[in-house]
Order: sequence, then C-alpha cells, then structure tokens
Amino acid sequence: MAETIATDVVIVGAGPIGLFAVFEFGLLDMKAHLIDILPKVGGQCAELYPEKPIYDIPGFPVITGQDLVENLKRQVAPFAPVYHLNQMVTGLKVLGTAEEPKFQVATDDDLTIETTVVVIAAGGGSFQPKRPPLAGIEAFEGKSVHYAVRKMDAFGGKRVVILGGGDSALDWALNLQPIADRVTLVHRRDAFRAAPHSVNGMRALVAAGKMDFVLGQATALKGENGRLVWATIRKEDGAIIDLPCDDLLAFFGLTMKLGPVADWGLNLHENLIPVDTEKFETSTPGIFAVGDINTYPGKLKLILSGFHEAALAAQKAVHYVFPNKKIVFQYTTSSTSLQKKLGVAG
Amino acid sequence: MVKITFVDRTGASRQVEADVGSTVMETAIRNGVPGIEAECGGACACATCHVYVAPEWTETVGGPSQMEEDMLDFAFEVRPTSRLSCQIKVTPQLEGLVVTTPAKQG
Repeated sequence: MAETIATDVVIVGAGPIGLFAVFEFGLLDMKAHLIDILPKVGGQCAELYPEKPIYDIPGFPVITGQDLVENLKRQVAPFAPVYHLNQMVTGLKVLGTAEEPKFQVATDDDLTIETTVVVIAAGGGSFQPKRPPLAGIEAFEGKSVHYAVRKMDAFGGKRVVILGGGDSALDWALNLQPIADRVTLVHRRDAFRAAPHSVNGMRALVAAGKMDFVLGQATALKGENGRLVWATIRKEDGAIIDLPCDDLLAFFGLTMKLGPVADWGLNLHENLIPVDTEKFETSTPGIFAVGDINTYPGKLKLILSGFHEAALAAQKAVHYVFPNKKIVFQYTTSSTSLQKKLGVAG
Repeated sequence: MVKITFVDRTGASRQVEADVGSTVMETAIRNGVPGIEAECGGACACATCHVYVAPEWTETVGGPSQMEEDMLDFAFEVRPTSRLSCQIKVTPQLEGLVVTTPAKQG
C-alpha cells in the first residue's frame, strides 16, 4: 500500500550529518523525515567503523563511531524525526518552483513523501551489496543470484550455493539447510568471522553429510535466461569444479554506490554534488547537499564540516518552508524558545 | 622517501614516492593511483584497498593480521599474496616495493 506523507524536509541519509541536520532544522521548527538504505541509523559510523575511535569531533577527545551515533540520536530526539530505514530513495520529482520549492520523494518501499525542501546527506552514497566479479552475473541477479534472503520458501528443494564466510553466509547456510535440496558453502579459507555456534553448527552438518563446504572461490556462473545451472569454483588446491546450482547467495559485505542520486537532475562533479558555501544548496533550489557527498572549493570530508553545512543549509531552507516568518538567530544556551523545543526549558 | 610501484591489471605500472610511516593505501590515494578505493579511509573496515604483493616482496612485507585476514573475506579473488594496502606501513625496507591492484575492489 502506497502512502503519502507531507513534511517540511526530507533528509536522504541517516548518517551523522543527516542526524545533526534534524537538530538544526528542528531548532527552526522544520519537521524532518529521514530515509536510509541501511536497517539502522548512523551511516558509515555505524556500518563501517562502529568500534573505531574518532579523534576529531570537537569536544570529544575520542569517541567511537557508534557512540557518536547514539549521542546524535539522543540529541535530535526532542524533534521527533521520523526514520524510514531499509529503503532507498529511488525518485525525486520537482513539484514546485525555484521560489516556492516542493518535491515528491519516493522510495523502493512504496513510500511517497511530499516535502518543501530536500537535504541530501548521503555520504559516500548508498550501501549496496558487493557484487562478485563474475562475468555475466547481472543476468542472474534477482532470479537466481541473490544478495539477501527475502522469502526462505523460495529456496525450498533448491540446490543453493552460498558464497562468503561471515555471519550472513553462515546463518543462511544453517537456515536454508533443512528446506533446500542441498546447501553448499563456499569460502576462501577454513576460518570464519561468524558466531562460533554457527560455525560449529555448520561443521557438524558437514560432518554428518547434510551439507557441503568447499574451500575455494567462485570464478564463473553458467546458466540460461537468468536461471543458474552451474557455479564454477576454483578450489584452494587449484582444482576447478562445477557445482550444480539453482540459486546462489553472495555475502561479501556492502560497498558505497552513488545510486539514484545521479538521476535527480542535479549537477554532479566526479560523483559529488557541487554546492555554494553560503547555503549549501545544489543546482536545484530547495535541494541542499551536506556532508561527504557535496563539493566546493576547499571542501574537507570531515564530520565537523558536515555539521556546519547542515546548520547553514537550515538557515536558507527555513525561508522556503516559512516564507513569511521573520527569523531571529538565537543561541540554545540563552533562548527560552529554543530550550522549549529541546524540552529543557525550566 | 621510499619508491613504490603500483601495477594495474593491464600491466601498466606507475612508480610513486611514499613517506616512511604512511601506508601504501595513503600513498596510492595521495598520488591518484587508480584501482585503490579505500572507502573506509584506512580503518581496516572495507577491503577496497586490496593489493597483491609481488612474490619477491611477500616475506619483507609480511602477512595480514587476524583482523585484516577477516576483512579480506570481503575482497574478491583473494590470493596468498593478498593484503589490504591500508595495513602495510611504509618502512625504509620497502624501498622498491611492487604491488598489483586487482580487477575489482568492491
């Protein structure tokens, strides 16, 4: 069921900059919806380096990616942002004019939002599954090559080859084993970065002859009309074998791709979005770009730069959202009205 | 300064100067060497700076750490000479190092 929501600002990307944009837009009474392709907020901080220390966040001599995200979530909570996770913005349609912008944002989860302004805080792009470099793999994708399991039933009675050695690969090998005709796990080494009980479970099934493990790497796919027949594996000892295969699941982690942003009619420069440094607005009035995805003379890809950009973008955006409102700049330390919004007024 | 040669998959090679103490990945990025993406910026968290160390250099360079070995699971066409270039620190002993970039990073 498609639903349409109306809001002041749609923020594309729920990484640290997208989150802080909620704060800066919120102080100016703009209501935000955030959309992110990951199932969790935090972007690269949460996906790539949750445990890694960051040393250049002002006021924090050291903070981990995940702690920064948790703090930001708490900081923006008073503005009650609406998170739409696990979905990608696929369409951005201009409904308004340069003076009175209005946009329609659509996601691949059937969500449609009408918004006055859009903030693109998409960082390095959207996280998408890594595609193994196997010739012709595109033709099988969605039919017999998959990067996620949506419906387990689809694998009932099938010969399933699973590539990878992480938790996703192990979990699905174990979950599909009872229903599939045969599950074969293919991994380049006899060690796994997965929960020990999953690894033990897999080894027990292999020992009992109920599942196969092949030490090697996939080198080719064979089949017709999107239907796989064989997966070719080069084993660790150099032998080349063809595994009978109806469906192949590949789990090599995620990579960042610019994705549909490229199709939104914005000027791009080397996959980045040029903006001015007064308002951080793109070539389309009402669409702002902040954080790692924008570019301007002197740009530094730092989280602190993105925070600054979000604050300035909000100052311009508020004139689109509330054209007749007089905006007075205020400090959170002293303004009772801002403190009310933050829920801390005495 | 230490000279490092990057060979791409077509066999084209480029030699660049590396600072001692930096990493091979940083050297590649600073010099615009194609074939190294380094999405995570050197946190050993993405496997998009994968290189093959030339066989004559594997002993001097050494093998991957446990964490790096785990991360190499996300790389493609991993070989015994595979390393993540963000985890190779440039030392004077690496003068003349040769690494090859893979066909695909991610």
